[in-house]
Amino acid sequence: MDLFEYQARDLFEAHNIPVLAGAVALTADEAERAAATMGGKVVVKAQVKVGGRGKAGGVKLAVDAADARVKAEAILGMDIKGHTVHKVMIAQAAPIAEEYYMAILLDRANRNFLVMASVAGGMEIEEVAHTQPEKLARVGIDPNSGISREKALEIVKAGQFPEGVVSDVADVLLKLWAAFVAEDATLMEINPLVKTEDGRIIALDGKVTLDDNADFRHPEHEALIDHASTNPLEAAAKAKNLNYVKLDGEVGIIGNGAGLVMSTLDVVAYAGEKYGVKPANFLDIGGGASAEVMADGLSIILGDTDVRSVFVNVFGGITSCDAVANGIVKALEMLGDKATKPIVVRLDGNNVLEGRRILNEAAHPLVHQLDTMDGAAAKAAELAAK
Amino acid sequence: MAIFINKESKVIVQGMTGSEGTKHTGRMLKYGTNIVGGVTPGKGGQSVEIEGKTLPVFNSVAEAVAATGANASVVFVPPKFAKAAVMDAIDAALPLVVVITEGIPVHDAAIFYAHAESKGTTRLIGPNCPGLISPGLSNIGIIPGDITGPGRIGLVSKSGTLTYQMMYELRDIGFSTAVGIGGDPIIGTTHIDCLRAFQDDPDTDAIVIIGEIGGDAEERAAAFISSYVTKPVVGYVAGFTAPEGKTMGHAGAIVSGSSGTAEAKKVALEAAGVKVGKTPSETAALMRAILNG
Repeated sequence: MDLFEYQARDLFEAHNIPVLAGAVALTADEAERAAATMGGKVVVKAQVKVGGRGKAGGVKLAVDAADARVKAEAILGMDIKGHTVHKVMIAQAAPIAEEYYMAILLDRANRNFLVMASVAGGMEIEEVAHTQPEKLARVGIDPNSGISREKALEIVKAGQFPEGVVSDVADVLLKLWAAFVAEDATLMEINPLVKTEDGRIIALDGKVTLDDNADFRHPEHEALIDHASTNPLEAAAKAKNLNYVKLDGEVGIIGNGAGLVMSTLDVVAYAGEKYGVKPANFLDIGGGASAEVMADGLSIILGDTDVRSVFVNVFGGITSCDAVANGIVKALEMLGDKATKPIVVRLDGNNVLEGRRILNEAAHPLVHQLDTMDGAAAKAAELAAK
Repeated sequence: MAIFINKESKVIVQGMTGSEGTKHTGRMLKYGTNIVGGVTPGKGGQSVEIEGKTLPVFNSVAEAVAATGANASVVFVPPKFAKAAVMDAIDAALPLVVVITEGIPVHDAAIFYAHAESKGTTRLIGPNCPGLISPGLSNIGIIPGDITGPGRIGLVSKSGTLTYQMMYELRDIGFSTAVGIGGDPIIGTTHIDCLRAFQDDPDTDAIVIIGEIGGDAEERAAAFISSYVTKPVVGYVAGFTAPEGKTMGHAGAIVSGSSGTAEAKKVALEAAGVKVGKTPSETAALMRAILNG
């Protein structure tokens, strides 16, 4: 799960990483009140989970509370790269002397964690990494030994931080590492990490990604979920423990296993070119899906008004095809008259003959059976075109 | 031959007494996998009967190894306890540990992967993988045993069901070994490890590599193929039409240097001489054309 900036700020504060005062506001009223409480100049920042908001006009300086209201009105409701701004953060403004960069993240290639630190922070850090790599320290961290104070000092020096801030920046790094481990994060980035004119080191903006697999040991992370921008179909799927993503096409897709479902999206997209149709969703019912799970999945897809045909693509590995076929039959019984869209089914693998027999016997008028993935994708695309 | 597992593999099942563990132990026994016992802390000394075979249960992997001479383990332990189970297997210096469990926190995987590396005595496969099968010899994990038989194709894949699909497409030819390495951010055995093993395996004539979007493992595999693999390789990448995932911050882009898209992976693989199919069936046709030759 990716966090909003204000959530990252709060999380940093909870782990004693120095931050400035900040508050989230959903309305211009709230923004004005927050600015009044803070006093002085504030920065009004759009809260969107996408980069480039500064360049899009989503960050504005306000001279006082009344101005914060005006700026918040302008930013709330704005569209930034397809993300609507529902919240702004009101942050205390600080006189900045220097901008640095610091991040800890999961490094898939080296299968450990990576610290990056640079004296040259701000919006151009990717450029710095490219053109002046000597200014960006990159140090792999063994998760079993972590970061000692000596190691932290070594990293900060390698990032070419000036002597006067090395000790304070190393402190921030140690706290960031502690937070990274304690929260089961896969990314914690501070950009910029600033030195203020009065010499304080402060995390001015942060990006945090938390590992959903670790939710079982962080019940408090549940409160960080952004329900407002979750699609209602996605929310319904999540409640049933289904892995569903809404897309913008017309062919509903159900399959078992993330790789096979992704592959199904591709095959349907290719077949759909001819008819001008695309996949309507990603839905993985899992490697060991039961009849109930199939029924849940099918009712979610059929509840999507964009869907004009459905493609159920199952390779029975652990799942046996007869269970899948029974799930389809059961789901159609449950849905009754509400099921109005054609369903193309391709079953292969474990107990396929029995699965096909069950569907043939049920002979539901909406169900079409095809033997191959390619053939079924073509049929589903054709049916969606009508 | 085959890679990583063969007739001599003696397997213990960690989490054998749980429902998933019991079910899959039965399937593996039916296939002919030589399962010699199980490990469930606190249940040592008991025994369970699965598929007509009485299997002893041990408290730790070290005890199981001492009693049975096991040289491989397969892990079905739930995510909460998986780290402890895998660490136990690594501490017992088991040569092969296959972690099927899905949903293990990545910090836990990082810790057990680093531990395995520093000890240097265990090959990890997974986590979140279907395991591996050398048809006719051994089957460790959850890959259905009846899709196809022994043959001369090696397969390595991140995805479980795509592994099954591809084995099915090429079922008339058969496989030396098929390895599902898992799709988690941190995995033990990689595409590259499998490519190296298949290249070195005299009983593998050609290789299928299956990838999916995200990360840059396929790009690194492509570089390795250029430098090491002389056997023909065909590839498939899932996710060409998947919507671009949102990335946060700059850190990811700085590190991978790759967009992680299916197109980028296809380009990298093709540059290494790999024939890449647009769909599983097209990929199978490419392999067939190579073998018929």
